[in-house]
Amino acid sequence: MKRYLGLWLAACLLLFVQQAQANLTIEITRGSDRAIPIAIVPFGGEALPEDLARIIGDDLARSGQFEPLSRDSLISRPSRSEDVNYRDWRAVDSDYLVVGDVEAEGSTYRVRFELLDVYGERRELGEVVTADPQRLRAAAHYISDQIFEAITGIRGAFSTRIAYVTAQGAGDARRYGLHIADADGRNSQQILDSDQPIMSPAWSPDGGKLAYVSFETERPAIYIQDVGSGQRVRASSFTGINSAPAWSPDGRQLAMSLSRDGQPEIYLMDIASRDFRRLTNNSAIDTEPSFAPDGRSLVFTSDRSGGPQLYRYDLASGQVERLTFTGNYNARGRVSPDGEALFMIHRGNQGYQVARQDLETDRLVTLTEGRWDESPSVAPNGAMVLFATQQGNAGILGAVSADGRASFRLPAAQGDVREPAWSPFLN
Amino acid sequence: MQFKPYARSLAVALSLAFVAGCSSTGGTQDGSMDGSRDGASTSGVGSGQVGGVGVGGSDQNGQQAGIPSVRTIYFDYDSERIRGEFEPVLSAHAQYLRNNPNARVVLQGHTDERGTREYNLGLGERRAKSVERFLSVQGISPSQLEVVSYGEERPAVSGYNEDAYAQNRRVVFSY
Repeated sequence: MKRYLGLWLAACLLLFVQQAQANLTIEITRGSDRAIPIAIVPFGGEALPEDLARIIGDDLARSGQFEPLSRDSLISRPSRSEDVNYRDWRAVDSDYLVVGDVEAEGSTYRVRFELLDVYGERRELGEVVTADPQRLRAAAHYISDQIFEAITGIRGAFSTRIAYVTAQGAGDARRYGLHIADADGRNSQQILDSDQPIMSPAWSPDGGKLAYVSFETERPAIYIQDVGSGQRVRASSFTGINSAPAWSPDGRQLAMSLSRDGQPEIYLMDIASRDFRRLTNNSAIDTEPSFAPDGRSLVFTSDRSGGPQLYRYDLASGQVERLTFTGNYNARGRVSPDGEALFMIHRGNQGYQVARQDLETDRLVTLTEGRWDESPSVAPNGAMVLFATQQGNAGILGAVSADGRASFRLPAAQGDVREPAWSPFLN
Repeated sequence: MQFKPYARSLAVALSLAFVAGCSSTGGTQDGSMDGSRDGASTSGVGSGQVGGVGVGGSDQNGQQAGIPSVRTIYFDYDSERIRGEFEPVLSAHAQYLRNNPNARVVLQGHTDERGTREYNLGLGERRAKSVERFLSVQGISPSQLEVVSYGEERPAVSGYNEDAYAQNRRVVFSY
């Protein structure tokens, strides 16, 4: 077992690039017909390098649950609730109103905001946020989180991050990158660069580490990299496939698919001791494990019945139960944070698309419209699903609300973007 | 679903096109390009064999002595079955490996870009193992063979059409 023991590799073994990369931009492709109208007035007071009201409006619009009023429709620009005439805002059919202002305080800013219920004529939220000049976008995302939760009752996920893989160039010049960015595609950073494929990034439950597969030795191996320091360890490099790492909710174990015994099987690795435990044993491909949020079971893909279908492995009993029966291709399952739904790639008449199956009723609904959609990753609040799709011949990221009503895309300036992984809550 | 019959009939048509391609220059070029590219990108690993690839790649006339010049074989959709037209290619590699017991080959399995990435790693491995079995039956030592699946991660041709898919469903012999 010695040669499989984790070996902390110097961060300079590969090129680690920390420079800002071309950000992903957001294009909303489908708004929800049930979106709540909300007016966000540009913040008064100190002029800022970032337009906070714009960032908040974009966040809320992206969720599909809100429809921010255009700036032209703002009939007045109050920055305090005392100055608000609620009748004006009812006249433009706005259910909610956000006002605020900014005050410089030494080298930091004090951002005060209020959320107002236009029809109830009352203040729902009022808070002061202190932020460094470099953290103004983060402050805006924090305010979006508060507004989203106050109105929907669902925790906001605007302060989270995403990881994704890029591929550019052809033949010898082909390069693969692993990147992280804010949930709105901004502040992107490349954290790994390689001339060999990179796959399957997976965030640790504390958001501090990413597990992924890299072919940098011309064999697939699983690595765990600290997001902050770039330090990393090779976690699994057996003969054959080492793939599809998935963290247990307590962060102590990594599920993965290994073919060291012949064909891909699901294994559990204890991260501290590097002990491996084999869970499945058959002649099929067993892969794409993912923990249920309670940590008691794993969902995985297996073609033991012919085509790929999703199964659940109960960790206490070792019992395996088939979960999907609609169609002949259901793969890469991800359980929703509330444990009630399963997101997956489902092949239907139109191609490979993201689908959601209610685990109570087993009803399956297709959420996306691409022909080659891949890699669904659920937001930590369960409200949106990121996935990989195509625009022309380029791979891009897309997102769809969990009910399929709203969607947006994150096109990149160049190259292919794929395999998004939505981080857990970070605050 | 509608996919399979459609893909199968197209694949049959394409495989005929590939037979034609292999007997002219297309297949040969593809094979030697794959071989030299893999040799060039290898750093440290198996550096002893890099020279061998160069010799094989440039020695177009070397019949028995050099590494066979066709180093890529193609597969039908959702299949790891070795097509009849590629059996002579495999037999040529078997003969080379028998004559050169110190030679080692990595069988790189690939899929097209449809379906999920991790599952496709498994499918690519199945294809490469199917080639490994064929060679083993012909008496090649397991120590000369290694299987590495790339799934859909290293397509030979980009694009979302049947023609690109057919060229990406392949096993590459990398010496």
